[in-house]
Amino acid sequence: MTQTRFSRTRTPEPEKEQARGGGGAAMRVIVPLQGVVQGRGGLILGSIIPCALFYFLQFYLKRHRNDQDDQNESNSPGQNQGTRSPSSGQLTELPGLTRNLSRALLSPRSPSGPVSVSGRVSGIVKAADSPYYAGLRRVKEDQYDELGNPNGVIQLGLAENKLSLDLVKNWLAENAREAILGNGKELSISGIATYQPFDGLMEFKVAVAGFMAQVMEKAVSFNPSQIVLTAGATPAIEILSFCLADAGNAFLVPTPYYPGFDRDVKWRTGVEIIHVPCRSADNFNLSITALDIAFNQAKKRGLKVRGIIISNPSNPVGNLLSRETLYNLLDFAREKNIHIVSNEILAGCTHGNEEFVSMAEIVDLEDVDRKRVHLVYGLSKDLSLPGFRVGVIYSFNEEVLAAAKKLTRFSSISAPTQRLLISMLSDTKFVQTFITINRERLHRMYVQFVEGLKKLGIECIKSSGGFYCWADMSGLISSYSEKGELELWDKLLNIAKVNVTPGSCCHCIEPGWFRFCFATLTEKDIPVVMERIQKVSETCKLNR
Amino acid sequence: MFSLLCTGVCNLLIANLLLVEFLHMGTHDLHPHVVDHRQELKHILLFGFCYEDVVYSLPLFSHSSILYPVLVHTQQLPYRKGLTNSARKIDMAIENEQPAVGLSKVAVSETHGEDSPYFAGWKAYDENPYDESSNQSGVIQMGLAENQVSFDLLEKYLEEHSEASSWGIGAPGFRENALFQDYHGLKSFRQAMANFMEQIRGGRAKFDPDRIVLTAGATAANELLTFILADPGDALLVPTPYYPGLDRDLRWRTGVKIVPIHCDSSNNFQVTPEALEAAYECAESMNLKVRGVLITNPSNPLGATIQRSVLEEILDFVTRKNIHLVSDEIYSGSTFSSSEFISIAEILEAHDYKNSERVHIVYSLSKDLGLPGFRVGTIYSYNDKVVTTARRMSSFTLISSQTQHLLACMLSNKEFTENYIKTNRESLRKRYEMIIKGLKNAGIECLKGNAGLFCWMNLSPLLEESTREGELALWKVILNEVRLNISPGSSCHCSEPGWFRVCFANMSEQTLEVALERIHKLMEQRKSKET
Repeated sequence: MTQTRFSRTRTPEPEKEQARGGGGAAMRVIVPLQGVVQGRGGLILGSIIPCALFYFLQFYLKRHRNDQDDQNESNSPGQNQGTRSPSSGQLTELPGLTRNLSRALLSPRSPSGPVSVSGRVSGIVKAADSPYYAGLRRVKEDQYDELGNPNGVIQLGLAENKLSLDLVKNWLAENAREAILGNGKELSISGIATYQPFDGLMEFKVAVAGFMAQVMEKAVSFNPSQIVLTAGATPAIEILSFCLADAGNAFLVPTPYYPGFDRDVKWRTGVEIIHVPCRSADNFNLSITALDIAFNQAKKRGLKVRGIIISNPSNPVGNLLSRETLYNLLDFAREKNIHIVSNEILAGCTHGNEEFVSMAEIVDLEDVDRKRVHLVYGLSKDLSLPGFRVGVIYSFNEEVLAAAKKLTRFSSISAPTQRLLISMLSDTKFVQTFITINRERLHRMYVQFVEGLKKLGIECIKSSGGFYCWADMSGLISSYSEKGELELWDKLLNIAKVNVTPGSCCHCIEPGWFRFCFATLTEKDIPVVMERIQKVSETCKLNR
Repeated sequence: MFSLLCTGVCNLLIANLLLVEFLHMGTHDLHPHVVDHRQELKHILLFGFCYEDVVYSLPLFSHSSILYPVLVHTQQLPYRKGLTNSARKIDMAIENEQPAVGLSKVAVSETHGEDSPYFAGWKAYDENPYDESSNQSGVIQMGLAENQVSFDLLEKYLEEHSEASSWGIGAPGFRENALFQDYHGLKSFRQAMANFMEQIRGGRAKFDPDRIVLTAGATAANELLTFILADPGDALLVPTPYYPGLDRDLRWRTGVKIVPIHCDSSNNFQVTPEALEAAYECAESMNLKVRGVLITNPSNPLGATIQRSVLEEILDFVTRKNIHLVSDEIYSGSTFSSSEFISIAEILEAHDYKNSERVHIVYSLSKDLGLPGFRVGTIYSYNDKVVTTARRMSSFTLISSQTQHLLACMLSNKEFTENYIKTNRESLRKRYEMIIKGLKNAGIECLKGNAGLFCWMNLSPLLEESTREGELALWKVILNEVRLNISPGSSCHCSEPGWFRVCFANMSEQTLEVALERIHKLMEQRKSKET
């Protein structure tokens, strides 16, 4: 039902579209058995008669179904008239909403109310109430500061890296002005003021390709012409979602996943996410069996799965996908003929000894299936410059690149920022120093933080990438449920005054897991954090 | 699934061959119902069709009189063995078109409209661009609305104010800026934008920085508003002729339709209540739900502002129909005289902001400040819900903090902005007068304009036939022989053939003179041909 409704609202001419069949793979002539077996007369009878009968049958079914639809609509309270298309409520439905909420409750207006807005609006207003966003708002109102506001909330919910900002700052202090305006001595604005290619300056693409290779320790080389640049990874993911799936289609995404995916993949595209649960028993590693089950369940629901989205290193867990898993993943995608989107935005933030393998490396070796593989990258995490809004789509599919280039009109990077970063990334010595020092600092913080939690009896999954640890606090929750988890989250926020991300925001199926981002802290903050957590953990233990 | 089945009798093909073969398959690939009834199915007539590797089928005369949909993957079917020759041929045909992994309709559709002559002309220019010294026979780009007449002012500012572009040691707030990714945008920049917008309107309208939503360009601002105001399949009314990019910005990803409000030369292409009403009725007759009207003021491609009375009529119309009004005012600062431009904000102020919750303004620094490379656009909405949603949605189209910092510095400098706005208006007027005079000397009339980076040129006397084809034929001559890239009116959905948009601010005066000479020569040739 849902699927057909989507297709009706999104594509005004379904007949035409379907007949063309989305790229030639659609309808095929299949020889009627009767014809083959019985000769010519059988062929005609064997085809025409059943065809005609079947046509009438479908005609009947279609009419029947429409009647039902009409009834449904007239049954629903009249406030919908003049508001918006009936599907819109579902279109924007986010996991925070239960499916049985009637459209009446979601409707943004009463019959005589003010001018109406689109169905997309109501969905996101609800999504903003999730603890993830609520916690971020709370910090904004009352942020901890060692001297100015020692009782404020400590931010452990934002995946941001402040550990190596001093390095970037020093570079900019010396080079920024020259980099933006100067090609030599003369200051000139014409290279940045006028219209530039929306998918990024070629020089910048070359610099980014070089940086990506450097970050991945030269295991892969990246071709600048396969790069499309966007204003951050958020639009990069959305653009891929727009290119790979129609409204009502679905992506498989292993849980727990980054809470922002719900916005990036689903909101404006009308695409759905099918959760593929990973469990603590497997250290939250992805299993192909789980993928297969999720794929089949989606198919039973009538959803067309168009791809898998993975994050490597994963966010929120911080573990890496092994080479073997990546091969299996590619096999799976090939078997089902679907896409793979590999989000490798944290590739440069790996620490420890485990090997990071990019999906691009796997594809490089296996030429056959390149077309289905797309990478997402960005400079927000690896260069700790989220404010500069640089995201990367790296695809092996010409058509996707062509469409994505056109779509970057809606989210391109400002030219002065590109000029600045061209200079910065071309300074390979600086880049190498930055990457090395940043990795060291991340690792040191990680070790200290995990150690601190361990002393409080809180265990973390072994993590080798990113700014987080993924901690098991199920021993502290009053009831083994999402409710218990959110109670603990609330205590941490309001009593301990630390903002962390509860696993339920990342759609983790096991309650009691929390994500702690440690890269916004300094080393001397760690004891303060631990002390605060200890207060809550002790009361929790007493209450049990 | 039934929607697939119902796509017409042509899609209905018998899949008996495949289906008989599937009866020999392993059970795990089949729908449970099919497995249960396999023996039954063997003896009855089956048919269905194949869509994207999946066979959909229904057994017709089932003993149990229940219909079971059958889904089988063709790839998994061992149907290759034991086929007749003819079947093998077809089988090979299927082999040959090995399905590539599919893309979405957004990716493969042509709703982006970038195949129109408007964009084709750009390609011709890119292949052979005019250059004063090195390529004098190249194509002159007159299809790009870019403002380069005031670059010297910007350069002077940056030279004198190094704090804007550098991040000196001890520069306050570096940390905050580098990490700044809050979709609210820098407070200082929003404040500066609000002030700049007020200044352009001669202080006749007030703007609240908390209602300013920043986007990466007006393109994104228009799309974002469309996402918020309309659902897929709804319609927006847009007066013609309109900027060709709107086809992409308003329709492509949103699935929204544009219904034109037809305007013509008899009243200088101004919008009339009758035209509004006719467009609304047209949309209704197509069963489209109209969610709003989008106007560009000053108009692109006309290069003229909208009169107060017309704005009042439009506001009245949208209020009566209870729909939205988007006013795209990205050329407001490029009006040659400040007093000639009336913003919808001024009308609202005059009405004490009654009914203002349906009004949204789009603005950008690409045209007025000549900085399209900086990708700065804004939405200013009087509707709280729209502001909140647009903020959240702007996550997809944020402006780099470095650029915000630079522009906040620049626009907070009142001395600079005042001088800039004034000088820029004068330079544009001078250019405009130059091109109008040049065209007049060649015997070409233009619509009387008072704003923008282009004029709206009437070449209808030159058309061999007064149709879209005639117009495009002339456009091709001008592009390939005269070597000027101008935009044909038909790409702006103009209902009268023979009008062209000619941009004049993206080149030097010398280049403009070369262009005018070329046009003059064309007209001479035409005249001599006639006599």
